[in-house]
Amino acid sequence: MRTLPVGDDALLVEVSSGEEARALHAELLRRRAEGLLAVREIVPAARTVLLDGLTDPDRLAAELALSDVPPAPAHARDVVQLPVRYDGPDLADVAAHWGVPPDEVARIHAGTEFSVAFCGFAPGFGYLTGLPRRYDVPRRATPRTAVPAGAVALAGPYTGVYPRSSPGGWQLIGTTDAVLWDHTRMPAALLAPGTRVRFVPVDYS
Amino acid sequence: MTDHALSVVRAGALTTVQDLGRPGHAHLGVPRSGALDPPAAGLANRLVGNPVDAAVLETTLDGCTVRPRSTVAVAATGAPCRVTVDGRPVAWGAPVRVPAGALLDVGPATAGVRTYVAVSGGVAVEPVLGSRSTDLLSGLGPSPLTDGAVLPLGRPAGPHARVDVAPQPAPPTELVLRVTLGPRADWFSPEAVRVLTSRVYRVSPASNRIGLRTEGPALDRAITRELPSEGMVLGAVQVPPDGRPLVFLADHPTTGGYPVIAVVRTPDLPAAAQARPGTPIRFLAVRR
Repeated sequence: MRTLPVGDDALLVEVSSGEEARALHAELLRRRAEGLLAVREIVPAARTVLLDGLTDPDRLAAELALSDVPPAPAHARDVVQLPVRYDGPDLADVAAHWGVPPDEVARIHAGTEFSVAFCGFAPGFGYLTGLPRRYDVPRRATPRTAVPAGAVALAGPYTGVYPRSSPGGWQLIGTTDAVLWDHTRMPAALLAPGTRVRFVPVDYS
Repeated sequence: MTDHALSVVRAGALTTVQDLGRPGHAHLGVPRSGALDPPAAGLANRLVGNPVDAAVLETTLDGCTVRPRSTVAVAATGAPCRVTVDGRPVAWGAPVRVPAGALLDVGPATAGVRTYVAVSGGVAVEPVLGSRSTDLLSGLGPSPLTDGAVLPLGRPAGPHARVDVAPQPAPPTELVLRVTLGPRADWFSPEAVRVLTSRVYRVSPASNRIGLRTEGPALDRAITRELPSEGMVLGAVQVPPDGRPLVFLADHPTTGGYPVIAVVRTPDLPAAAQARPGTPIRFLAVRR
């Protein structure tokens, strides 16, 4: 674990794996819930957790250097089920990268339990992990200028669902009708860091 | 209720509703947003007797024109400009009474970029996640103003301030941004760090509420592999593949995959929000 100062009142804590980042994030949330950590934002990411709005970042860095981070607790929360049609325009490309027939992509993807490693890019956009690394895919060489809301997409080790129409370079494998973000709903975001997710194939034929 | 409202006669190039923003949701991908020049927005609110978290208008370069449906106190701060009520010049940087139905014109900025217009009672559009700010990155909050739009106003909280003209910093002719190095200064060559903190950059016209873009010498990377996405802070100096440093402002993305070479000290960011394209920038390395 390495702590990097960020400006006057933030700290970036770097670890060596996504699993360690998940454990560190869980531990920092626990400390905040118990009143042991005063911080404005705790932002997990691929290999880091950012703590923004600290009164004494140096002291926290020293504390973290001395403390053991327990493994992340087993996921307690329910699994969010996202109905999906595996009808994306890049399904054949993804199948070719994986070395499987196109209908196997749906079977493998829907047979995987995902969890939200972190959010970003847009409100409600979660970076979902769970697929074995052999199923990593590159981004598209040319990003699309408009990816529709509800598109289920892959890039690198991640699966994501576009909460609203936006440009994007991810490989589109399907579509969901689930509403990922609704600011009039409580909570607004369907997916938050740590949420478990399963994609459930639906057939409209 | 409808008499407590503001009709937009001329929206201007880009006028948005802004308050203190919506911090605390970065882990969901929600930018903080909020006024780019918080001291100017706060002063405008104080001048008209509003609480500091009331929503104001933030204009961009050419001001805006509005017609309140009830008599209100208004104050324009930030970028200096000519202000008129029904064509008659009134003070900038001071509380001004605007009678019901009168035309308030906030003219083009004579210096700086963003003028803040507070109206007694505050702009009372529906809050999103506790804030009325327009977030141009993610589309949260009200849309930018359009001609003919009507904005609801809140009830005035108290009497406006008794001042003639409040003192305000002049918009910068040279922008000096104090930076602390890191968190990813080691991803750049030592020469790049020296270039950043010794050469002159200029404000690029591509700057917006998301970031202050710069023109100047490109910064070379020492580590060229891809950086896994990590959390980003206000004032982060991110270096995209073109090598030109970019300073994150209020609507910045919450995570990013380009390395941050340094972070601008927060008290220096309001001046960055008022620096016009072409303004010289010096990044001054300081200790934390």
